[in-house]
Amino acid sequence: MGSPHRLASGGIVDRGTSRTFTIDGRSFEGVAGDTVTSAALANGVLQVGDSIYRGRPRGVMTSGVEEPNAFVRINGEYGESMQPATITELVDGSELTWEDGIGTLDQSVDPAEYDHMHVHTDVAVIGAGPAGLAAARAAAATGVRVMLFEQDFALGGSLLGRPNEVVEGIPAGAWIEDVTAQLEQAINCRILKRTSVFGSYDSNYLIALEKRVEAPGTDGVSRQRVWHINAGRVVLATGAFERTLVFAGNDLPGVMLASAAQNYLGRYGVLAGEQVVVFTTNDSAYGVAADLAAAGASVSLVDSRASAGVDDPASVDVHHGSVAVEAIGSDRVVGVRIAPRDGDIQQTQQLPCDLLAVSGGWSANVNLHSQRQGALHWDDDLLGFVPSGAVRDQSLAGSVTGTYWTDGAVAEGIAAGSAQPDPTTAQERRTGSGTTDGLWLIPSPAGDFDTHFVDLQRDETAAGVVRAVRAGMRSVEHVKRYTSISTGLDQGKIGGVLTIGLLSQLLGEHDMASMPAGQPGQDGAEGGATDRSPSPGAIGTTTFRAPFTPVAFAALAGRARGELYDPARVTPAQARHVARGAEFEDVGQWKRPWFYPQSGEDMNAAVARECRAARTNVAYMDGSTLGKIEIRGKDAPTFLNRIYTNAFAKLSVGKQRYGVMCGPDGMVLDDGVSFRLAEDRYLMTTTTGGAAKVLEWLEEWHQTEWPELDVFFTSVTEQWSTTVVAGPRSRDVIHKIAPDLDVSKEGFEFMSFHDTVLASGIPARIARVTFSGELAFEVNVSGWYGEAVWDDITHAGAEFGITPYGTETMHVLRAEKAFPIVGQDTDGTVTPQDLGMDWVVAKKKKDFIGMRSYARAGHVEEGRKQLVSLFPTDPELRLPEGSQLVTTDNTPADPLDGIAPQPIPMIGHVTSSYRSEALDRTFALALVRDGRTRIGEEVMASFEGRFYPVQIAEAVVYDKEGARRDG
Amino acid sequence: MLMIECPHCGVRPEGEFTYGGQAHVPYPEDPQALTDEEWAQYLFYRDNPKGTFRERWVHSAGCRKWFNAIRDTRTYDITSTYLGAAPAEANSTQGAQ
Ligand SMILES: [Zn+2]
Repeated sequence: MGSPHRLASGGIVDRGTSRTFTIDGRSFEGVAGDTVTSAALANGVLQVGDSIYRGRPRGVMTSGVEEPNAFVRINGEYGESMQPATITELVDGSELTWEDGIGTLDQSVDPAEYDHMHVHTDVAVIGAGPAGLAAARAAAATGVRVMLFEQDFALGGSLLGRPNEVVEGIPAGAWIEDVTAQLEQAINCRILKRTSVFGSYDSNYLIALEKRVEAPGTDGVSRQRVWHINAGRVVLATGAFERTLVFAGNDLPGVMLASAAQNYLGRYGVLAGEQVVVFTTNDSAYGVAADLAAAGASVSLVDSRASAGVDDPASVDVHHGSVAVEAIGSDRVVGVRIAPRDGDIQQTQQLPCDLLAVSGGWSANVNLHSQRQGALHWDDDLLGFVPSGAVRDQSLAGSVTGTYWTDGAVAEGIAAGSAQPDPTTAQERRTGSGTTDGLWLIPSPAGDFDTHFVDLQRDETAAGVVRAVRAGMRSVEHVKRYTSISTGLDQGKIGGVLTIGLLSQLLGEHDMASMPAGQPGQDGAEGGATDRSPSPGAIGTTTFRAPFTPVAFAALAGRARGELYDPARVTPAQARHVARGAEFEDVGQWKRPWFYPQSGEDMNAAVARECRAARTNVAYMDGSTLGKIEIRGKDAPTFLNRIYTNAFAKLSVGKQRYGVMCGPDGMVLDDGVSFRLAEDRYLMTTTTGGAAKVLEWLEEWHQTEWPELDVFFTSVTEQWSTTVVAGPRSRDVIHKIAPDLDVSKEGFEFMSFHDTVLASGIPARIARVTFSGELAFEVNVSGWYGEAVWDDITHAGAEFGITPYGTETMHVLRAEKAFPIVGQDTDGTVTPQDLGMDWVVAKKKKDFIGMRSYARAGHVEEGRKQLVSLFPTDPELRLPEGSQLVTTDNTPADPLDGIAPQPIPMIGHVTSSYRSEALDRTFALALVRDGRTRIGEEVMASFEGRFYPVQIAEAVVYDKEGARRDG
Repeated sequence: MLMIECPHCGVRPEGEFTYGGQAHVPYPEDPQALTDEEWAQYLFYRDNPKGTFRERWVHSAGCRKWFNAIRDTRTYDITSTYLGAAPAEANSTQGAQ
């Protein structure tokens, strides 16, 4: 096959190791050390996928993470789209497809594993160019732990493209090898290649993505790892991005950043073009022109400046004071029209070329610095936003500071690595890096800006920015959102500053009066100049945020997928519920049986059958998920008296009491039944979902307000297993499993409990309490016996036809009795009184949490929402929970159809809604404004754009007199 | 992610802690003696300074103890953590310079 553009020598690729691959079905051969684009260019493939919106032909533009055009889909077991081809390591046998600016997510499940790593290091060096390598070497020499992060698969950064440059007296290639060897030998240094630090947070907390499978010898390892790094010090040696220039046709394939053309040549031995025009506004491209010419290309150099800070390269034809006004070609560049910078742009001269290498200056890569709110300022000589100084416990080294020459970068790296001050002054930086021409927009002979691309990935041109300004946009944040510039996968690494430069030319003095303040890098933000004439510094930059480079959600999720997404808590009898075919409901992290369908039953049928069993016979459910907190200490009674709205100090040993706890604002937080086990000992139960929150609540009040109280809290939720046996025949079942216990109405009073030993020999604590209104017992045993006792109850109840029931039936039964579910019938704005539970609020206590609030005007005035029940006029209509309620006079004449005058005052909403087996119809609970004074009133429930009549009724809809609890 | 020094456990990552709002807002001695306005001050009003702020944290995934911290709300820098009463030099309502 052969690779026509690969030179016989040069670069760090291994020409002896072939890598075959296909793009769009065509086969090519690359070599080890190639990226997809270096291999493509070696084979003469310059054109990539078309642009996203306009479908224009595009070519390889860069050789790094800032690439706006060259994206591939990597096909395979799990296809990955929108991978920047410029940083995709060429893997043997790859099957690739060019993407047209947008990818398609593979809908299959990614079978690869992803990991997380957590590490501490004394020094984190980010970037392994000359500054980063020097910094890591200096830091390692001090003996501290060092980690060096490099997103590329090779160390050396921009130096890889300039292997013959001399660094510390030796050629750059040899210097990289030498420093790398030193770092690899240092036991206190760890090098992570293919690892992009994409987030920088407080306290030097960094997050990085490591791509592992491309590396040799990685069969069987996780595909990617997300590193969480706590660093003592951070050295940012993140380099800079070269900018393109905005002229007509600047997106044609063959228009490439000058530094990229140099990198393909120096690092990969690939000469991307044979007839090259280099178009620059600064000195950095002179070396590029020299390298390309030395490699055999015929090179012309077009410099917008009248003179340069360096000598003209040998055998390069130099046009000073000229600019490219138009790239010529249809699907790749064949020439460029140039004109005098400050003359008549119609006076063009045409230069033929197959590569147009452009350099519009450099943007320091300040992303990670700015993520930490590190200060920036605009430098008119460097023509870029550069850091004003490092963030605390961080250092900056190399071109991220605007130091664009290698000796300076190495010196700064050495200083940063050994925690010495920055050795370079701002003035030295300006002198050393040379001046860049502030050339933001080059008019075309045709007079339009339609192909003057600013953001190639978003297909946005200077014309788009002009439109934004004409529409009144001034702030760069507004222009960004109006045009979508900088919102692509490359996040405007090239286009962001181009847009700001362009704005500085399009806006006038009068526009600057309405320029909002507060952007990063904006004059005045750091107390500096506040000159309001249009300039990039007066505009500032958009905010930099993580991630610096794209991260797959799969990597962020790591192993926390599927069953490992969140811990699932199950009760000891879980296997029995599964065996009975239960459907499960998630309650917090708990898996609770929801209902137990029998063959052919849907949910409604199963719930109706379970409800019937509990109301007419006997049923049992797993109640082990209720939160349980043991409270001990001589002041436990005093403590509970303050926590609960009702009295607990005088509760007798051997008795239980239902309690409601509220915040100081008087709103219900949680509820549950507490057992008094001894004078100094209670067992509190909480809602299933509220257990952890309640424990925190108790600890907070004890520690922060009443530390003098002798009281201790221990979570015992997992230590106990609870089975609820409910229904008129529950007494018979309990009698069978606990023959030593007097279960008679007189011998076992409501809200009392007894410790006993079951027939099975298992010690148990049996309580009489009800959440259904029926006669009911709770059998509490050690969690170890939970399954055995469930089985014993199953067998003992068989002769009575005992039926397991789930949370749905529990909800129906409790709703019929208007027992509220905290968090469903309450929402943080509901008091016990609103729930109709004034009886649970003590009147004689000196104080309890929430008490004072019940005397506030907002609690005693009319208009509070109160818990009531609703009966839809249509007895089969089950109202959706959350439906709003309105009065009938606010609804249209035909209540079932039409639009009412708006806005309609809402009088309440449905909190719970079920079909009642006992009533043989539907009903709901609702919070309704002054609901208890509206009993019997007809109102309208609104949902799905229609109105349905419902009647307000007392909250309790079944067994109002409470006759059923004694069986 | 902040690194926070628990007075009991030492420096630990922020994820182990829960935030508890402004410090040194005691539960009133006798709430029933307060006017509605005074009680509302306790319930609903907290300082929101730009600058030094004394605030509460609890080491939820550690020792489960509450403590106080002095944090600069502009930079998130926590300059000290302490138990009990506030150090004399700090003023919770001190604003930005
Ligand atoms: Zn602690």
